[in-house]
Amino acid sequence: MAVEEGLKIELGKQGVLVTTIEELYNWGRRSSIWPMQFGLACCAIEMIATTMARYDLARFGAEVFRPSPRQADLMIISGTVTKKMAPQVVRLYNQMAEPKYVIAMGACAISGGPFKQGYNVLKGIDRYIPVDVHIPGCPPRPEALLQAFMTLQKKIDAQPLTGEGRPRHLDAEAQGEFPVPVQGEHDLEPTSNPGVWTVPVVIR
Amino acid sequence: MTDAKLEFDAAVGAKQEGWNRPPVMEPSGEGGVLELAMGPHHPSTHGVFRMDVALDGERVIRLKPVFGYLHRNHEKLAEGMSYLGSMPFTDRLDYICSLTNNWAYALAVEKLTGQEVPERAEYLRVILGELTRVVNHASSIGFLIQEMGASGTPLMYAFREREKILDLFEALTGARMMCNYMRFGGCRVDASAAWLEATRKVVAGLPGFVDEFEQLLRSNEILMARCQGVGILRPDLAVNAGVTGPLLRASGVNYDIRKVDGYGIYNRFKFRVPLGDHGDVYDRFMIRMLELRESIKILEQALKEIPVGPVMDAKAKIRGFRPKAGEAYGRIEAPKGELGFYLISDGGPNPYRYRVRPPSLINLTILEDMCLGQNVADVVLIFGSVDIVLGEVDR
Amino acid sequence: MKTVEEIKAAIEAAVPDARVEIVANPSVSGQHSLRLTPSRAIEVATFLRDGLKFDYLSNVTGVDWPDKEIAEKVKVTREVTKVEDGVEQTAQETVEETRKRVEPGCLEAVYHLYSMSLKQGPLVLRMRTLNRTDQAELPSLTPVWRSAEFQEREIWDLYGIVFSGHPDLRRLLMWDGFKDHPMRRDYVEPDDFEYEPTAHDDVLKRAEAHRAAHATAGAAGHEATGGEQ
Repeated sequence: MAVEEGLKIELGKQGVLVTTIEELYNWGRRSSIWPMQFGLACCAIEMIATTMARYDLARFGAEVFRPSPRQADLMIISGTVTKKMAPQVVRLYNQMAEPKYVIAMGACAISGGPFKQGYNVLKGIDRYIPVDVHIPGCPPRPEALLQAFMTLQKKIDAQPLTGEGRPRHLDAEAQGEFPVPVQGEHDLEPTSNPGVWTVPVVIR
Repeated sequence: MTDAKLEFDAAVGAKQEGWNRPPVMEPSGEGGVLELAMGPHHPSTHGVFRMDVALDGERVIRLKPVFGYLHRNHEKLAEGMSYLGSMPFTDRLDYICSLTNNWAYALAVEKLTGQEVPERAEYLRVILGELTRVVNHASSIGFLIQEMGASGTPLMYAFREREKILDLFEALTGARMMCNYMRFGGCRVDASAAWLEATRKVVAGLPGFVDEFEQLLRSNEILMARCQGVGILRPDLAVNAGVTGPLLRASGVNYDIRKVDGYGIYNRFKFRVPLGDHGDVYDRFMIRMLELRESIKILEQALKEIPVGPVMDAKAKIRGFRPKAGEAYGRIEAPKGELGFYLISDGGPNPYRYRVRPPSLINLTILEDMCLGQNVADVVLIFGSVDIVLGEVDR
Repeated sequence: MKTVEEIKAAIEAAVPDARVEIVANPSVSGQHSLRLTPSRAIEVATFLRDGLKFDYLSNVTGVDWPDKEIAEKVKVTREVTKVEDGVEQTAQETVEETRKRVEPGCLEAVYHLYSMSLKQGPLVLRMRTLNRTDQAELPSLTPVWRSAEFQEREIWDLYGIVFSGHPDLRRLLMWDGFKDHPMRRDYVEPDDFEYEPTAHDDVLKRAEAHRAAHATAGAAGHEATGGEQ
């Protein structure tokens, strides 16, 4: 049950804080998104630049890069995912504890980018794991990554804790573990996870 | 060579296949051997790279690097597109130093076709190349200290300076990292007088930065204790293993392609080649620090002497660019070592064979030799002192 | 620096039964190369390293030269039987015929040498395999120059040249179970095509082929893979 906005401000002036569990819970989650220290390619350098003095990711409560997936809330896919690396990326994602989010940073993580035609390049990480925010760019500027963080924070803020659209960790039926592709003789098997990704329909 | 072999055999026992192979180390027998896969996701700042390490206690007795986690098929893609089409892809090889990659590729194609580069373009190439070297060496020192556990602080100093230089790149080329600036026979756009003035200002501030950076780190007790005498590389092995760049010069071999080939206009500038005499991690760190100062010297001279004129060869062809059949190998001294491009043309619009000689990959050949017998905590440090970028290792 | 002719003469004097062939480079770079016989390559390489002081092997490259079909016009003389005035006569006739012959391909390894002590270079060495399939074998120069170690592994991975005498010949870039050699020019990528917003003709051609294959196999193929999950 939401509190009326005007009443909330009025009470705030009197030093009374009124909120809902949902609001408080989401505020806590969105204000300390700890990313995983995980860089794949060129975009990782811009990711590091984002954490440095000029752009200062600490303003978003996200400066704590965790080397272990168990302690991280967010995976920034910062660069090209190759077919050799894809199983490890999916495995790392499975090892992260819920609630967890994914930012696909840069053209390569979204679709393979300039290397799309390559025989060892995965055409987008969203073939295997769900992605929350895509940032285009090659590489995206640090400002774009900050924008992605703000988008993700808005997304977390808007999540209800019950009913339709609730986060995965509060939904007992949601898929928790994603199958890890196997490196076959010619290609990855399977080439995509149909539960996550379907072939886009081309409208001509 | 035989003397070196005898000496080396005596030092490590006769378990050698050849003097240039890593020695085979036996476990001491107390406790078991721990096989550890470090990576491909690991908490150092060099991307996706795996080392299969065998440990006897804390001591490394075997180390096999595993590559390919960032193999993006650069060479295969380049064979399917025009010569110029590969230029933006070279940016993404060693993504910290995109401009030197551009330069090496442009140089190789110019060797293939015999194009001339105008004076002003040569000066611009030197200025941008040396700015790139400053960015690379400063960040690589920052990363090295980061891997020692000093989370953040030295890297912040390096990246503060990097941002200033990246602003210059962005003003001139339109992109911070992926500059795509050089062309066959010159450079894409001319630098304005205002840009040169801004560059002079940034370069004037660099000696102060290097002083500060050096004062912060050079005589730090922890850094000396962790780096001195760790990961020693012998000069004869370094030459035989094709090691180039600061890693080679830290072992005391005087080989800088800027001096040897004098490509571009490097023989006009006065600068020295710093050499180490221990070949350990500390020497590599100091060589990079000293090379920063030499780069600033070159920058000051180039910014003083840069002439006016065109930046593109008037005869250069952009459309319908078809070099005559033949082949060429062009190389430059990139911040990480010898970056070469080998091109075979069959007279068509696409190269028949396009090969990148990656300094990062070949410098890793002796990683096992440097790490054997060291503590496992030092492996990441030695690895960091090689200074690699995975985009170039795997291509 | 010595010219390639002088180096050729020096090699032939030092290693008597080594046959060395000069491969001219028509481009302006003027980097001519020497083609070695694989059987004596190790001796020649050791002589180059110790005798001529080419102590630094910079670059090792594989090149694929696939089988070439060459169409030639050949003049052929043959006997033709003609019926003239009711009498059979044989006469000689010359006809131009187009004959196709296949020039067998090979795989090539190219080595770029420099001298660090004399500050010279480059010297380009080349070796060719007998064919591209079962006799794609060359001697490894890793025992002479360590820097060939990873580069020869890469060539084995991407081109499939077997370097005999290499201490650790495993795939370098692709995973271990991978079967193909993707840098070969006849390598066909797995068809995981979806949609290409492109103006490139070859990509569009591949798109057509993909659609045709999936139209004949029917949408059933798609459903089957979907049903397995």
